[in-house]
Amino acid sequence: MDTTAPVKAESRNLSFFYANGNKALKNVSMPLYENKITALIGPSGCGKSTFLRCFNRMHDLYPGNSYEGQIVMHPDNTNILASGVDPIEVRMRISMVFQKPNPFPKSIYENVAYGLRVRGEKNKRIMDDKVEEALKGAALWDEAKDRLHDLAFNLSGGQQQRLCIARALATDPEIMLFDEPTSALDPIATAHIEELMSELRKKLTILVVTHNMQQAARVSDYTAYMYLGELMEHGNTNSIFTNPSRKETEDYITGKFG
Amino acid sequence: MTTHAPITNSGNAISQSAVLENLAEVRVMIRRRKRNDYLFSVIGLLALMVGLITLLTLFINLVMDGYPRFNLEFLGNYPSRRAAHAGLLSAWVGSILVMLVTFVSAVPMGVAAGIYLEEYAKKNWLADLIEINVSNLAGVPSIVYGLLALGLFGYILDLGQSILTAGLTLGLLILPIVIVSTREAIRAIPVAIREAAYAVGATKWQVVSQHVLHYSFGGILTGVIIGMARALGETAPLITIGALTFIAFLPPSPVTTTPPFLNFEWLSSGFTVMPIQMFNWLSRPDHAFHINAAATGAIIIVVTLLMNGTAIWLRYKMRKKIKW
Repeated sequence: MDTTAPVKAESRNLSFFYANGNKALKNVSMPLYENKITALIGPSGCGKSTFLRCFNRMHDLYPGNSYEGQIVMHPDNTNILASGVDPIEVRMRISMVFQKPNPFPKSIYENVAYGLRVRGEKNKRIMDDKVEEALKGAALWDEAKDRLHDLAFNLSGGQQQRLCIARALATDPEIMLFDEPTSALDPIATAHIEELMSELRKKLTILVVTHNMQQAARVSDYTAYMYLGELMEHGNTNSIFTNPSRKETEDYITGKFG
Repeated sequence: MTTHAPITNSGNAISQSAVLENLAEVRVMIRRRKRNDYLFSVIGLLALMVGLITLLTLFINLVMDGYPRFNLEFLGNYPSRRAAHAGLLSAWVGSILVMLVTFVSAVPMGVAAGIYLEEYAKKNWLADLIEINVSNLAGVPSIVYGLLALGLFGYILDLGQSILTAGLTLGLLILPIVIVSTREAIRAIPVAIREAAYAVGATKWQVVSQHVLHYSFGGILTGVIIGMARALGETAPLITIGALTFIAFLPPSPVTTTPPFLNFEWLSSGFTVMPIQMFNWLSRPDHAFHINAAATGAIIIVVTLLMNGTAIWLRYKMRKKIKW
C-alpha cells in the first residue's frame, strides 16, 4: 500500500470538551489521506464519534462545547475549527452519514435535492441531473428511479441509508463522514454500504467510525485505534491488524477487551 | 399446541409431582399479583367515569331543556324581550368575529415565541425564568386577564369595548397555550432529523422553516384549536372589558361588495358572544329564557367538542405521514 497519498485533512493536537467539562478528546493528531478510507475503532465511549463530529462541527449545535487545537484541510490550509470559519461552510465541504438512517419525512427526490435547495439552486434541470447522479453514486437509482416522489420512509432500512448517502453526496463534498453507518442494518444491506464506500473512495476522502473490527479490516485503508479520548495508534490497516505496535491495540483487536 | 413427552428420566431430574406442585404454586402467585392489575383498572375506569358521566348528564340535561329552541329561527333572531322570539344571531356572529381577532393575534405571536424559545434562545437562567412564567400564565385566572385588558386595551390604547379589545384579550389568554403546544410539538422532532438538515449545510432559519415548522405543524395546530375552544367558552374577561349583553344589531360586515372588499369597521363595533348571551338569559327570572340559555349551552358544548375532535383528527392525519 502506498503511504505517499496526499493528506486531505489532519487534526493537530485536537482536544475537545463537552459542556459539562468532560474532556472527550486528548491531543489527537491524525491525518486523513486523500481518496482513502480511514476507520476509527475503539471501545464505546473512547471518543471516536466525538472526533468524527468535530470534522463537520456538529458539536457547535449544542452550547458549551469547545475545541482546542486544529483541524486543517488541504490544499487550502484552512483550520476548520477557527472561530472565523463558518460551520456552514465546513458542512458544505464535509458531509455526514449518520448511525441510524435519518431521511427527512419528504419524498426520495426532495431528500437528495435538499442540500442543493439549501444552497439556493432553483434550476430544475440541474437539480434533476444532480439527484440522478447522487442516487447512481449511492447505488440506489435503479430501485428508486420509478418512485422518486414516494415518501422516503417507504424504503427499506438499507435503502434509506443509501438515500442518506445520496443526500450527502449530492453536494459534491470533499470528505464524507460515516458514523457507524451499518450498525442499524442487516448483513446484506451492510455489504451494500461497504461496497459503496469502496466505490466512493475514488471521488472523495472517507472517515468512518465503526464498532465492527471486521468491517474496519474489510473497508479501510488506514485504521486508528482510540482509547479514552486518546489516539493510541494510527497506521496502515494491514499493519494495524497483523502487526500492531502497541499492546493495547493488539488486546482490542484480538478481542481481549472492548 | 405442542405436547411434551413426560419426564421419564426421573433419576436425576426433579420428580414429576414436585414440578406439578410447584406449577400450581406459581399459578396461585400469578393470580394474586394480577389481582392488583384488575383492581387498578376498576379504580381508573371509575375515575374516568366520574368526569365523563358528569359531562354527559349536563349535556343531556341542556339538550332536553333547550330542545324547543333547536331551530333555524333561534340562530337567525336577535335577542328579544319575548323569550320564544329571542335568538342567538348577534351572539354567534360576535363569537366568530372575536375568535377571528383572537386567532390572528395569538397564533403568529405564540408560534413565533415558541420557536424562539425552543430554537434560538440561549439556555440560561433568563430562559428558565421565561419558561416558568409562560407556564404560570396558562394558570392565571381569566378574570385577571380581563382586568389587564380593560386597563391596557380599553383605557391606555383606547380601543373601547370593541370586538378588537375582546379578541386581543382572549388572544392574550390563549397565548401561553399556543406557546407551550408549539414548544412541545417542536421538541417531538428527533435530534437526528435536525442534525441531518444541519449536516448538509442548512442555516438555522432553513432548518426552522423547512423542517421544524413543517413537521410540528400538526401539533401546533392541535394546540391552537384547543386554545381557541377554550377562548370560545370564556365569559369572565369579556364581561370585565364590558361586552354588551343585549345587542340587536350585527357589526358591519368584514367583507363588502365594493373594492377593496374588506372593511375593518367591525373591529370597533360593540358585541356580545355566546357565553355572555347565555349568562344574560340565565340571570333573568322568567323561566322561558332559561330554555334559551340551555339551548345556547348545548350549542357551545357541541362546537367545543367539534373543535377538539377536529384537533385530534388532524393530529392523527398528520402523524400518519411522519414516522420517526
